Amino acid sequence: MTAIDDLFTRLRASGKKALMPFITAGDPNLPFTSKVLLRLQELGCSMAEVGIPYSDPIADGPVIQASYTRALANKVKLDQIFHQIAGTQPSLSMPLVSMVSYAIIHRHGPARYIESAKAAGFSGAIVPDLLVEESAPFAILCREHDFNLVQLVTPTTPQDRALKIAEQSSGFLYFVSVTGITGERTQLPDGLVDRVGWLRERTKLPICIGFGISKPEHVRLLSPVCDGLIVGSAIVRCLEKAHESEANAIASAAELVSSLLAALES
Amino acid sequence: MSTVTPNANAASEEAVRQVPDAQGRFGQFGGRYVPETLTKALEELTHEYAKAKQDPDFQAELNELLHRFVGRPSPLYHAARLSKQLGGAQIWLKREDLNHTGAHKINNTLGQALLTLRMKKTRVIAETGAGQHGVASATACAHFGLPCVVYMGAEDVRRQKPNVFSMRLMGAEVRPVESGSRTLRDAVNEAMRDWMSSVEHTHYIIGSVIGPHPFPMMVRDFQSVIGRECREQCLSSFGKLPDTIVACVGGGSNAAGMFFPFVEDRSVRMVGVEAGGRGAAPGDHASPLTYGSPGVLHGSYSYVMQDEDGQTSDVHSMSAGLDYPGVGPEHSYWKDASRVEYTSCRDDEALGAFDFLARNEGILTALETCHAVAKATEIAKTMSPDQHLVICLSGRGDKDAAELARLRGQEW
Repeated sequence: MTAIDDLFTRLRASGKKALMPFITAGDPNLPFTSKVLLRLQELGCSMAEVGIPYSDPIADGPVIQASYTRALANKVKLDQIFHQIAGTQPSLSMPLVSMVSYAIIHRHGPARYIESAKAAGFSGAIVPDLLVEESAPFAILCREHDFNLVQLVTPTTPQDRALKIAEQSSGFLYFVSVTGITGERTQLPDGLVDRVGWLRERTKLPICIGFGISKPEHVRLLSPVCDGLIVGSAIVRCLEKAHESEANAIASAAELVSSLLAALES
Repeated sequence: MSTVTPNANAASEEAVRQVPDAQGRFGQFGGRYVPETLTKALEELTHEYAKAKQDPDFQAELNELLHRFVGRPSPLYHAARLSKQLGGAQIWLKREDLNHTGAHKINNTLGQALLTLRMKKTRVIAETGAGQHGVASATACAHFGLPCVVYMGAEDVRRQKPNVFSMRLMGAEVRPVESGSRTLRDAVNEAMRDWMSSVEHTHYIIGSVIGPHPFPMMVRDFQSVIGRECREQCLSSFGKLPDTIVACVGGGSNAAGMFFPFVEDRSVRMVGVEAGGRGAAPGDHASPLTYGSPGVLHGSYSYVMQDEDGQTSDVHSMSAGLDYPGVGPEHSYWKDASRVEYTSCRDDEALGAFDFLARNEGILTALETCHAVAKATEIAKTMSPDQHLVICLSGRGDKDAAELARLRGQEW
């Protein structure tokens, strides 16, 4: 039982939903990443997703790509990320999940990745380029280490395949809202609520929806059918001017997160 | 035909031949490392390609196009003057440069354009480095009336301008990619991102034996016409299989197409030549098989240039088509199985080969191909005049004239 499993058990018992912000580790530097995580926790976020910068992220839109590029330009390394998170861990009560390319996990060594991430305080990983067919060896290692491997379902996933992916996922199931890359959308696709609802009736696993979510109305529309909402690009955009003023960047992100949390409560 | 050397070791040939498996694995290499969003389209493509492969009508249509539209078979030309100059093996050039559009790339784009129509998809995207695959995609799309968007690194747009112009003349939209190193790798990233959003109605014509399954297998199959023709032409021209075959390797499509039909012929020595750039230091070359390590890039597991964290490293080659940090998974498999030797050739050696072939044979060769020519001339010198060496002359050099002038500080 990981901290993520525990979180969703508690949320479900109290009828609440999670807001899960995504931030890029090391954009523009690692101490800033810690400050943002602590502020997000203070605002009432249930957990956070920490993006491990990658040089060739094909599922990401311009905002997250640019944040990865900034972090890598500052030569942020995986070991430094783990070290920074470990140092912040004593003040963090919300669970963390890493969003990381399999290119990085493979290079680090899958078992070593899990051990290092877990030691730093991560409860699991979302690996956007590791399909369920390719994931078995890594999934076994994750189970052995009591580490969640969060799998993704998308609008192009056929229903029988979605059920199979849900069976293989742990912690929660990441439901990608749109056929496309990460980034804010004004409108979410028709039928999304029904598709998530269909799957939710068929799995016990918590479902969190991500990609394109940036507005309180998105939160109000989707929160009844899921267990949590993931907000990435909209927050990363708020933080992208951190090199000018860290305080302004955090204030801008906090304003957005507060509006989304208010929508979640309503 | 009777002089074909019998297979030396059946067991190991079996191991080298029967790839990929149903998961797209060439030994440990290959597979599918892409976002879930693309899975449905990759499954559909795998299914449709398997059907098309068995469909005589599809094969007939493709063969007819290759014959009458592309001009196949491409000649196997005896470079007698070149051979004499070097004093070693007889050198034969498999003239893919004489194909319509001037390179081997058209063999693949016509096949994939036909599949696009079979899958009832209405739009095509492609990436390109040297622009040869972009031109070949634009050509196939113009032929079939499909809209075509080509992603090309901004640096490559600059150094391969004639091809950019050709693509636009045929109605394709060329989108320069400004991210990262502004070369082929970034063009692949952008094409993949386009496909993430457009996958339901768009087919992505990948131009090399890279990417997620089924692309490495399918592109190899479409390019294998090179090796199949070459095999027959060797037998009819000099009555036996060649002793040595040399091809350049970026992603590795011309090499894969040339090598694959000879994989079981253990007597045939095969050499793949990567871009050695300015030298062996990190960032100075684009030779993942020579200097890289196994890792994940652009949807498959293969040798790649990467740092200790798995971030893709910057690479360099003067030739846009070889300026790529990864390589097709089947090449990684052939390397580890010791079936193909891989080596690299520096920018200056390739430039020397350009001049050598131009002045001794009257052939302007693509800078990519010059890497193979340079190594082949070295190898030929160590062989005897009764031996035969084939170079896959994958593309013509007209596109490089302006860039050559710039590299040499000459007026264009």
